[in-house]
Amino acid sequence: MEAVDTQPVETIDFAPLEKVLKKFAGKKGAVIPLLQETQKIYGFLPREALLRIAEATNTEASHIYGVATFYSQFRLKPVGKHIIRVCHGTACHVGGAERITEACEEHLGVADGETTEDRQFTLESVACLGCCSLAPVMMIDDTTYGRLTDREAKKVLTHFKK
Amino acid sequence: MVNPQNGKVKILVGMGSCGIAAGAADVYHALENKIEIENLDIELEKTACIGACYREPLVEVRVPGLPAVIYGDITVKRIRDIFEKHIQNKEIISEWLLKGDNLQTSEDELFRKQVRIVLRNAGQINPERIEDYVARDGYKAIRRVLMEMKPEDVINEIKASGIRGRGGAGFPTGLKWQFARQSQSNEKYIICNGDEGDPGAFMDRSVMEGDPHSVLEGMMIGGYAIGAKEGVIYVRAEYPLAIQHLETAIRQAKKKGFLGKRILGTSFSFDISLKLGAGAFVCGEETALIASVEGKRGMPRLRPPFPAAQGLWNKPTNINNVETYANVPWIILNGSDAFARLGTEKSKGTKVFALAGKIKRGGMVEVPMGMPLRDVIFEIGGGIKNDREFKAVQLGGPSGGCVPASLLDTPVDYESLNQTGAIMGSGGMVVMDDRTCMVDVAKFFLHFTQEESCGKCTFCRLGTKRMLEILERITEGKGEEGDIEKLELLAENIKKNSLCGLGQTAPNPVLTTLKYFREEYEAHIHYKKCPAKSCRELITYRVIPDNCTGCMVCLRACPVNAITGAKKEIHRIDPETCTRCGACYDSCRFDAIEILTGEEEEVAGEIA
Repeated sequence: MEAVDTQPVETIDFAPLEKVLKKFAGKKGAVIPLLQETQKIYGFLPREALLRIAEATNTEASHIYGVATFYSQFRLKPVGKHIIRVCHGTACHVGGAERITEACEEHLGVADGETTEDRQFTLESVACLGCCSLAPVMMIDDTTYGRLTDREAKKVLTHFKK
Repeated sequence: MVNPQNGKVKILVGMGSCGIAAGAADVYHALENKIEIENLDIELEKTACIGACYREPLVEVRVPGLPAVIYGDITVKRIRDIFEKHIQNKEIISEWLLKGDNLQTSEDELFRKQVRIVLRNAGQINPERIEDYVARDGYKAIRRVLMEMKPEDVINEIKASGIRGRGGAGFPTGLKWQFARQSQSNEKYIICNGDEGDPGAFMDRSVMEGDPHSVLEGMMIGGYAIGAKEGVIYVRAEYPLAIQHLETAIRQAKKKGFLGKRILGTSFSFDISLKLGAGAFVCGEETALIASVEGKRGMPRLRPPFPAAQGLWNKPTNINNVETYANVPWIILNGSDAFARLGTEKSKGTKVFALAGKIKRGGMVEVPMGMPLRDVIFEIGGGIKNDREFKAVQLGGPSGGCVPASLLDTPVDYESLNQTGAIMGSGGMVVMDDRTCMVDVAKFFLHFTQEESCGKCTFCRLGTKRMLEILERITEGKGEEGDIEKLELLAENIKKNSLCGLGQTAPNPVLTTLKYFREEYEAHIHYKKCPAKSCRELITYRVIPDNCTGCMVCLRACPVNAITGAKKEIHRIDPETCTRCGACYDSCRFDAIEILTGEEEEVAGEIA
């Protein structure tokens, strides 16, 4: 995991974050939901937001950073407008998930884990989306596409871009 | 079953995650439109997973005077036929028929051999309507518990049923409840583990999506039994529909007085909240899960103290899996005897399995414990896709193992499955055929556990990494003499020196494949050959000149333009450019592409 410091500093709008902080004020064990909602606002966890959360919850920044880097859901880098998650669960793996990732890489011109230059798409591999009987599958934002072939995957992407 | 209240035609659409991914939402909206535009007197309803995922989207049609039938592979285009042929002309469309009351179909076995306790409401109710659950005896069990039973009675009943934890380890549920009951504290917790992380498993998702109230009711009964007032459901963030249905269910249960203060007018109060997991497989381990609920890094700790003594916020806590809780209301209503009559001596009741991989009928099934694997895979699951050869079934995900064909008669019960080196696990069954490389499967799971290791124990953190490196070398044709022995040594030490279940079981996929498919490892290492013809570094694709018609299909399918040739000219694959993706092999309709490995490859190279 890359250190937060190496990222370009982006100025963020704190107003929505303050609302979230207020919602969870005084609640115990709220760090993870707080980070989840913060990520919903910004698409990732900006350094400034993490520092603000640490301050507001009276927690060490290192603790917040520790939680943020432990869970795979959290991102410390900005992502594209749409997130493509190619499932690499067992059923998808034996069903050819690798080829689906390759097809997406080829179509988008980025490697797995990267974001397209126009910041439209981020390509990710995920462990299991739980749609095993439709393997191989991928998810774009909240929509799942199943029974894919490399061609089908490219078709979905082309269609989605429109 | 026609709607008994009004004798109307009723149409149900399976709208679980799998159904929606297969296009069920489009089908539902098209039906909705048609009914509205033509002002038809038809009841349209959403339900969740019906279980036959391989035929999604599924639509059930209930017409008065006709048997209720379930159609599979329904597309928007096919809706017209359902209306014209089935509803108007009262003809059953045999082409798409999956199942019908008193009708024989080729796929009957899928349902006939199942015993549905956990899935009792799957595909029967609209999970977003509490009335549907109540109409099928929902919340009757909590009523009985609160009105007629003391907490000790409940625990005794659960103990007598013999039910064991459905999350994988199989600890007796009643005993777990008793320990939590015996811990003295004015604050206790009930946790439902819905962090279904095993790749290849989706039973808990289906239950949470399809029958969320059964989970809530099971938790409430558990709460009453151990003396807890608060419950937490820890559910994966990757399951948006399950989260939505659980949220709706909690809201409705509160409104109806099943959750909250003084439930059903008694002195029992109970509340349930959701916590969303943030993507860490290790949080399926109970102490890690508790750390995560508390907002920390989800790292396991040493037990004892067990959660029953010191769990969430250091208070006595009982953790069970989704499926375990979903069983509880049924046991209370039908009695522990009815439950204990099902299954084997030590494994009572039923088990839900998610069938996936190279199986014909992938989906969700529930079978009595003790059924042989062969029956589950070949009778219920219909056998192997494209009638290829069965090679192995993977049970228990990254903690489990691969069971070979020679052990297909192993009954599904905790002890018998443990003996094979696999485990019952949470219920994922991924079927593999002769094209699946077992070394690659082992590598796949090691890659997974290596990434998901929380890093606390050295052997788990570094040992899995070293094992993965060896497996990677083997599949790349760089295996060396002594690699197998190194894998075994590492496996033994990782098992011995890891704190939690993740590390203790991480080597299982390697150990079971070594046990049953050792020759496959040896072929990779000594002969640089992948018998399943799957490992890319060890195979070559070649056109069989005698079969090639020069149709250009493979040429167009190739993503890297490695195939040359013109129309009606025998094509050629350039091995230098070829990435071994297999697109040509899959697209060829004349069996004109072959895959070579090991020595065959060298011979072919000499010819070319």
